[in-house]
Amino acid sequence: MEQRKLLLQAEKISHHYGEFIALQDVDLPVAPGEFVSVVGPNGAGKTTLVNVLTGLHQPTKGKVYFGGKDIAGLNAVDLATRGLARTFQLMSVFLDLTVRETISVAACSYLNMRWNGFGKLFGQPKVHEIVTRTANAFGLSPWLDTPAKSLPHGRRKLLDVASAFALHPKVILLDEPTAGVSTADKHVVMETVLTAAKSMGIEAILLVEHDMDLVSRYSSRIIAMQAGKKIADLPRDEFFANKEIVSIVVGKGTH
Amino acid sequence: MNLSLGAQTVQAATAALGRPGISMLNKALLACAVVTLLAAPQILNQFYMTLLISFFAYAVILLGFNLLFGYGGLLSFGHALFVAIGAYAAAAISAKTGIASFELMLGVAVAAVLLVSIPIAILASRYTGIFFGMLTLSFGMLFYSFLNKFYNITGGDSGMRVPRPSLLGMELSQFDKIAFLAGPFYYYCLALALLFAWVMWRIVRSPYGIHLMASRDNPVKAMYLGVKVRPVRAIAFTVSAVYAAVGGVILGVNTGLADPGLAYWTHSGHLVFMVVLGGYQEFLGPVVGAVVFILLQDVLSSATQYWRFFLGVVLAILVIALPGGIFGAIRIGIHKLKSRGAR
Repeated sequence: MEQRKLLLQAEKISHHYGEFIALQDVDLPVAPGEFVSVVGPNGAGKTTLVNVLTGLHQPTKGKVYFGGKDIAGLNAVDLATRGLARTFQLMSVFLDLTVRETISVAACSYLNMRWNGFGKLFGQPKVHEIVTRTANAFGLSPWLDTPAKSLPHGRRKLLDVASAFALHPKVILLDEPTAGVSTADKHVVMETVLTAAKSMGIEAILLVEHDMDLVSRYSSRIIAMQAGKKIADLPRDEFFANKEIVSIVVGKGTH
Repeated sequence: MNLSLGAQTVQAATAALGRPGISMLNKALLACAVVTLLAAPQILNQFYMTLLISFFAYAVILLGFNLLFGYGGLLSFGHALFVAIGAYAAAAISAKTGIASFELMLGVAVAAVLLVSIPIAILASRYTGIFFGMLTLSFGMLFYSFLNKFYNITGGDSGMRVPRPSLLGMELSQFDKIAFLAGPFYYYCLALALLFAWVMWRIVRSPYGIHLMASRDNPVKAMYLGVKVRPVRAIAFTVSAVYAAVGGVILGVNTGLADPGLAYWTHSGHLVFMVVLGGYQEFLGPVVGAVVFILLQDVLSSATQYWRFFLGVVLAILVIALPGGIFGAIRIGIHKLKSRGAR
């Protein structure tokens, strides 16, 4: 019964790169309304976890369920259209496309008009509506006709997230959305993302993050990883009360 | 806040380079060009009409080619294969049925090119970059060998005759060969080129078009935004092959011959040259490239037997000094004029 309520669930997933075990027997349940952060030192397997959850890699062992269904064999496109979206650790935008065009890429997928090769993209009222709403939610409206390569750095990062939001996903996986963003701007980015998530009806967020300040401020639950294994899965306050775990996570080699 | 800084500066900086300006430039050029082309048969010597018809053919071929290259980021080195299929299909259907109808030639050419290009598209869309280029090159050379060696079917190195066709069922026997090309056929091809250009314009501005451009700029990100990258590329490949075949039919009728040289890799190289010459980042860039290339080739080859040398020099200059091609240079020029005017 409980399984039904979970949006995303990984059951004992492992992933090997040849001999190297990047991920070992990790369980990860995400329920609606949760903001789950995944933390851990470099090389703990956080990004591998996101890659397995979003179909970029198939798990070597174990299963991933999304909305109660096994996602084995589904690729990134299938998952994106079923409501599981992600953003990337490194800046990932379409440099030559404008903000309007970038958001409409996702809008066309969501509206399933990807094979319409003759209609005018910006003549579609539904595309226009999604573009306007998403750009507003992320404060990108003044830049609608600016190519991504000409955007200020922080805005470009927001565009990366905004385009994923335009898919109207149920769950979004954010892989270090504030990597490379100045300390002063990190909270602006996170606040914007959270407000947008609320206004666009996103049910759960999974965040991979180094910055413990952000993690403690926004998460409802925290998962700690080390050397491919899950070492803690606790509500926020209990997590920060556990000095041992916190010292592993923020300890040597993280800064 | 850093984030909110610079909105206006960025907008001001990009406004001049933004898309509305480009389409205005395209529109203005297009209007001038169409008027000139409509009047051309009244003004110009008949010899130039066959040059212009081959320009229409290359305009269609290159608009298709640039869907793949400029919009899809996939550089094909074997695209002449599909041009040759168009010309040979026109020759073959006329020889088989004894009916020389331009519409029939076009129909058969499109059917033939779909048959050949769809399997290649499915295979080639798995690759990008140099692997895609080499794969398309190898298919082009395979077909060239086939044309050369299977003498009984293809006429070998002497090629196949493409008869003068009827247009829309009209024999037009009151015109002699030259007058036919310079008159009715010229206008027919002009209309065909405009029609195909308009369809291509709609394709690149459509939801499909934006998915193609997303696949070019960042395929992994595109997949996570629900873009079916491989099918999107395969469709671009097939559409561009159809455009090439239509251009091939026009070339065949214009010269009266389907020649194996059409499929040779140097012809594919010419297609790449024309697109780079005109500027692949602009919708009409390849068309400008086609007209300049054809004129340049005509002038140079009548002046010197070493015309390829001079084409090579032009290409070197382009790559070094004008990577945006002729169209890119025009855009930079207009940008400079505007900013001087602003001061």
